[in-house]
Amino acid sequence: MRAMTIAAATAALFVSACGGKSSDDQAGGNAAEAGATITGAGSTFVYPVLSAWASDYANSSGTKVNYQSIGSGGGISQVKAGTVDFGASDQPLDSAELAASNLAQFPIVIGGIVPVINLTGIEPGKLRLTGPVLADIFAGKVKNWNDPAIVTINPGVKLPSAPIAVVHRSDGSGTTFNFSHYLSQVSPAWKAGPGEGKTVSWPTGVGGKGNEGVAAYVKQLPNSIGYVEYAYVLQNGMSYASLQNAAGNFVMPSAETFSNAAATADWANASDFNLVMTNARGPNAYPITASVFILLPTNAKDPSRSKAALEFFRYVLASGQDQAKKLDYVPLPPELVKQIEAYTGSKVK
Amino acid sequence: MTAYVPIVKSRSAAADRAFNLVTAGAAWLVLILLGATAASMAWGGRLAFEKFGLGFITSMNWDAVGGDFGALVPIYGTIVTSIIALVIAVPVSLGIALFLTDIAPRWIRGPIGIAVELLAAIPSIIYGMWGLFVFAPFMALHIDPWLSDTLGTLPVIGAVFTGPPIGIGMLTAGIVLGIMVIPFIAAVARDVFNAVPPPLKESAVALGSTRWEVLSRVTLPYARSAIIGAVFLGLGRALGETMAVTFVLGNAHDLSISLLMPSNSIAAAIANEFTEADSELYRSALIALAFLLFVVTFIVLSAAKLLLMRINRAHGRTH
Repeated sequence: MRAMTIAAATAALFVSACGGKSSDDQAGGNAAEAGATITGAGSTFVYPVLSAWASDYANSSGTKVNYQSIGSGGGISQVKAGTVDFGASDQPLDSAELAASNLAQFPIVIGGIVPVINLTGIEPGKLRLTGPVLADIFAGKVKNWNDPAIVTINPGVKLPSAPIAVVHRSDGSGTTFNFSHYLSQVSPAWKAGPGEGKTVSWPTGVGGKGNEGVAAYVKQLPNSIGYVEYAYVLQNGMSYASLQNAAGNFVMPSAETFSNAAATADWANASDFNLVMTNARGPNAYPITASVFILLPTNAKDPSRSKAALEFFRYVLASGQDQAKKLDYVPLPPELVKQIEAYTGSKVK
Repeated sequence: MTAYVPIVKSRSAAADRAFNLVTAGAAWLVLILLGATAASMAWGGRLAFEKFGLGFITSMNWDAVGGDFGALVPIYGTIVTSIIALVIAVPVSLGIALFLTDIAPRWIRGPIGIAVELLAAIPSIIYGMWGLFVFAPFMALHIDPWLSDTLGTLPVIGAVFTGPPIGIGMLTAGIVLGIMVIPFIAAVARDVFNAVPPPLKESAVALGSTRWEVLSRVTLPYARSAIIGAVFLGLGRALGETMAVTFVLGNAHDLSISLLMPSNSIAAAIANEFTEADSELYRSALIALAFLLFVVTFIVLSAAKLLLMRINRAHGRTH
């Protein structure tokens, strides 16, 4: 018995020490018990909140969660290869791909992507933009701030006669995926041109590395526009534009409007939650709302490990939402949580 | 005594052989590693090379969504920023080295020498952050507008200095790279200048040479080949620098003649895009970029060697 515990402890240590490499050793059998370690990899966007959850969960249950923010692409390939217990991706997989690699998928937290601007004298949210105009700006078709396309939707706002400096991400990212996905939905020209993806071929502008890079460029370049995750808007005190949503209303980014988008997105008809909820229909829904998806193996070599991971996410959905709010993420609406619980109950065994 | 000597001889002969083997092994290991690196990068990039052929080098497209990749912009950006870096770093470094060896009072040589060497110890990410938060705004406010208003209005070369004053672009990246390269060139140059035999310089002075004539006719020609070596060491560093360039180059896949415009470099493109390169072709294109950087560096260094051989032949010297 004593030898068993030592072996398990050593194995757990080994697992936590070398991260991604884990699985079918002695630790597996005890994964569901206290003192075990589950490993995950993927999205960098979810990393701050996931590590906060992990530390809370370790305190309450004794199970350690070791998460490596190596990027969504890496997370997907590692969970497919079975080297980690769960993956996290900014971009959902379709049902066929999930079935082929025996994965279950569900959203875990919501974030919003905000067009940030640097225009002197214009307060946050005072500049209004529609989806097509935003697409034309990033396509380099609307080149000046006093272009009629912008002026007509902004009566009473003093816009400078200055060229627009466009800032985009230079690294591949889920933020760019969601942003370009939105632009593709509202602008046929964008869909035909750059299209959607984690990196697209930007027709104009400079590229900043990471959200912090884009935020830094926008803060430094007068008359610039970029896009960052909502948390960076708050942390950097940046100015931003309000956006017209699918219902025709101009909405500001906020926890409430993100949550509204998640609630009015058509989850019920999306198999395996394969839904990017940009351009949601709700009257008060923020149009560029995004979510991070968790990928769990449905037929892991060691089912107790995926069960342990599922336990962790059940805990997160039930009691991790306050922590998410503190870190400027947005919790999932309760109806969606219920759907996720029903889904995971049937999928992960 | 007499019986003792041969034993020592045979032992030292064995030790010599072992020593030869070890040193030869070390030298060959580098060659093998280099060959293996080149081969594995060429293999990793084969998908891109197969699909695009020579077009990979001449195409300006870089579209991950459409799966269409070309390396011309990153190659151009890499070479242009490195050239700017050398244009700045070479005169400054030689100035530092000459000052330290021939002009500066003895008490100041130590502190300045150490300061220059410490420049080399600063991590490149720090240069990048400094470039982004301090230097780029300075360029945007003062240098870029001034360049556009003066040089930018001239015919022909005007196009090289026009553009929006954003402070981020090839010129900024080149200057930051130049600062990073200075310690490499300056340190070697100082050591080489110190190695110039004093009698040579003294003879020149005795013949009535001014300080400038001593520098340009004696010191520099004597140290020529080592200086060129130092310059190309710095160039190698500039070509491969990733982090600092990523911050200030703008990372845009645009080809522009203007130095004030953003561009991309091979190393920056790989660092930016590798983590989320999710298709086989995309990843292959990035590895192919790495292979091209290898090729570019190899060509540059070979050209340096050829240049060196030519100069030495012209001046009848061999070292």
